[in-house]
Parts: sequence; structure tokens; C-alpha cells
Amino acid sequence: MEGLASFGYSLLTMLRDVLPIAAILFGFQVLVLRQRIKAPARVAIGMVFVLLGLTLFLQGLEMALFPLGRLMAEQLTAPEFIYGSGATALTQTEWLDYLWVYAFAAAIGFATTIAEPALLAVAIKANQVSGGTITVRGLRVAVALGVAAGVALGAFRIVTGTPLHWYIISGYVVVMIQTAFAPSRIVPLAYDSGGVTTSTVTVPLVAALGLGLAETIPGRSPILDGFGLIAFASLFPIMAVMGYAQLVDWKSRRTVRQKNSFEMTESEV
Amino acid sequence: MALLPIVLVIAFFQLFVLRQPIPNLAQMLWGTVLVLLGLALFVRGLEMALFPVGEEMAHNFVRKGNLWWLLVFAFTLGFGTTVAEPALIAISDEAARIAAAGQVIDNTAAAQSSYAIGLRLTVALAVGIALVVGVFRILKGWPVQYLIIGGYLGVVVMTFFAPPEIIGIAYDSGGVTTSTVTVPLVAALGIGLATTIHGRDPLIDGFGLIAFASLTPMIFVMAYGMLF
Repeated sequence: MEGLASFGYSLLTMLRDVLPIAAILFGFQVLVLRQRIKAPARVAIGMVFVLLGLTLFLQGLEMALFPLGRLMAEQLTAPEFIYGSGATALTQTEWLDYLWVYAFAAAIGFATTIAEPALLAVAIKANQVSGGTITVRGLRVAVALGVAAGVALGAFRIVTGTPLHWYIISGYVVVMIQTAFAPSRIVPLAYDSGGVTTSTVTVPLVAALGLGLAETIPGRSPILDGFGLIAFASLFPIMAVMGYAQLVDWKSRRTVRQKNSFEMTESEV
Repeated sequence: MALLPIVLVIAFFQLFVLRQPIPNLAQMLWGTVLVLLGLALFVRGLEMALFPVGEEMAHNFVRKGNLWWLLVFAFTLGFGTTVAEPALIAISDEAARIAAAGQVIDNTAAAQSSYAIGLRLTVALAVGIALVVGVFRILKGWPVQYLIIGGYLGVVVMTFFAPPEIIGIAYDSGGVTTSTVTVPLVAALGIGLATTIHGRDPLIDGFGLIAFASLTPMIFVMAYGMLF
């Protein structure tokens, strides 16, 4: 019964998210465009599928993985785990003591991104639009590797207490340099992949990790240092996707050269 | 197998690093089934509703030549979907607490709530404007990187003037604005426009809207932090 009640609650929450979108779409379609919606029954059923699917998805995560994931983020950042039992009051921080935290940050960043529905949606579209040269799996793995690196570095930043903006600004510089050298057809998709990584799955687990770390480490304030992991998780996929495209491009050029052909091919992911 | 990595990560850290048994195994398995079922339904719904609707509307706007209405639509879509976004509500309440703790605003419930609402409206405005600029870019065929790099410079410049307490929230606010329902719709809209308009390439011109929507909130939130 309790499961049913919480299912109903999440369905209502989801409905509240979807209703404004449906109202905007319907309003413009009918009042401005004065067009009938093609195959309205199919669209309506599709919207119900989206709604039900996301509700079930979140409900399942809440049952299966979120509680344990959050608990683990707390346990891995607890002083007893990092310094052995008995240690509670810390006086100084050694960033090497937190190796398991970085490993967990990278692993959970990768794993949650692979499961992210918004990324799946963009990967499906990118696959269709590119005529299959960008594979759904390839894009998801590249983005997930980026999030893994980003969240691990973000955890390192919280541990060391270094200012967030220097990391982000350096990241921007790297993105700009990569933009100049990456195959131009991948650039817009790479930029977009930064924004899609952090939604339903990643944010709750990554935020728990950030807050747990900031609470444990002496001299860090949860409200000031707990933030910032999401910014890392949205920046690094951009580099990862462009980097992957550059790698594929470079490899294919090398193969072409080895075949003694001077034909340049523009290759994608 | 979307879920396999999470299961492996959690099992590994639980059993080998923390050395504890996995609690409620049956519940975990049942939850996993729900997640997979939910994801399958979501993808089916994308193909049936969100993708075709986004593309069809892009097509209709271009065919009718209603370009002003298209920009109004882009703004409404960005503003309307962001202002009610739960992740944004959570982050702006948090920001209000920080502002109160730093004595930027009065430490009263009323002052905090008006600060939080102001912040939400600011971010929603930022996303609305982002989609307008993004759609306009597709119509004009401008390369995405100049606008994005210009936006980065804006973020960097603002970082040096904004109060330090707001920077973490501002940077994070870029990532939380685009929800799971908005992303497919906006992607389909961009690709629909780029497919319909002559001379645009769906891969080069169709993507980029989501990038704008994650960039402008950072600038706007820092500006908000400077003004209030």
C-alpha cells in the first residue's frame, strides 16, 4: 500500500512537470498555428508513456539504488572510514586519504550518466540525424567518461578547498582550444551533451556526495563547498565528446595516410 | 543495459570497500525491474509524442512564416518549463538560505522567500532568452561556437564581480535547468527547424539549444547576486 501511495505521489509530481509543457504545446498549436495535431491519439498515448515511464523509472531508482547510493556517499566520506575507527575530530586534511572517495565519485558519475534518460533521448536523436555514424552507445559512454572525470575532480576540489572558478575557467579554455581543432560537425552536439547529463539520476547522488564531503572535511562549509559538482559534471562531457571525436578523426586520417591516399575524410564519432 | 553500471558500482563499493552486506535484495531487484520498464516506456513515448510534436511544430512555424511567433514560442517554452522545475526550486531555496546567512538579505522567512522566487524567475528568464537566441541562431545559420565562447567570456567576467557566495550556485544552476521532458522536446525543435529551413544541416545547426539553456542561467544568476 505504501508503495502505491508513493507511486501516486511521484505520478502527481511528474504530472505537475509535464502539464505546463503540454499546455504550451497545445496552446501554440491550436491558437497560433491553428493546426490540428497529427495523430492526436498516438501523441496522447505517447505522452502517457513518457509520464508513466519516468514515474516508474524514478520509483524504481528510489527503491533500488538511491537510498543505498546516498548511504554509501555518507559512509565513504565519514571520518571513521577515512581515518579508521575512533577518529572523529580532524585537524588537517590530506588529499591522498580520500582516494576511495575519488574512485567512488568517478564510478557513480559514470554509472548514473549511462542511466540518464535525457542523455538517451539526445543520443537517439543524434544517431538518427547523423545517419548512424554517431552511435547511441558511443555518445553515452563518451559523455559518461566525461562526467566521471568531472565529478572525481570536483571531489578533489572539495577536499583541497581550492576555488571552484579556477577549475571551471581552465575548463572553458580547454573547451575553446578543442573547439578550434575538433571536427566541426561534432561541436554543437558536444556543447549540448554538457547540459543533458545532469538531471534525474545524477543530481541526487552527486549532490549527496558533495554535501557529505563538505560536512566531513574540516574548514569546508556544506553551503559554500557542497555546490559545484554539477558544474563539473556539465563541463567535462563537452571535452570528452570533442576529445573522442578528435581521436576517431585522427585515427581515420592515419589509416587513410597509411593507405597512401591523400583523400581527407571528415569523420564523426 | 542502462542500469548495469550502477548496480556494479554499488555492489562493489558495498561488498569490497565498505564490507557490508547488501540490504533488501528483493526490493532492489524489484526496483531494477521498474527502472527498466520505465525507461522502455519513456523511449517509446519519446518516439510517439515528444520527438514528432517538436519537429512538427518547428515545421509548421517555418511553413507559416510565423517567425515572430516562433520566437515567442521559444521563450514561453524555456520560461514555462524552467520556472516550475523542482531541481531549480530546491537550489533557489538553498541560495536564499546562504544569502540570509551571509547577511545579504534579512534573515526572515519573507525576505528569503522573495529572494528565492526572484532567483527562480531570473533563471527562467535566462532559459527563455537562451532558447530565443538559440532559435534565432538556427534561423540565421550562425556557428554555435562563437555564441558559446562569447557566453563563456561573459561567465568569466561576471565571476570576478559577483559575490563569492553566489558563484557555486550560479555554476550549478546551469546544469539543473534542463529537465528530462524538456530536453527531448527542445532537441526535436532544433532539429526540426534545421531540417525544414533550406541550407541548414541538422547536425551542425540543429543541436546547440540545450547548450544555450545551460549557459545563460550562470550569467543571469551572478547578475542577480550582484544586484540583490
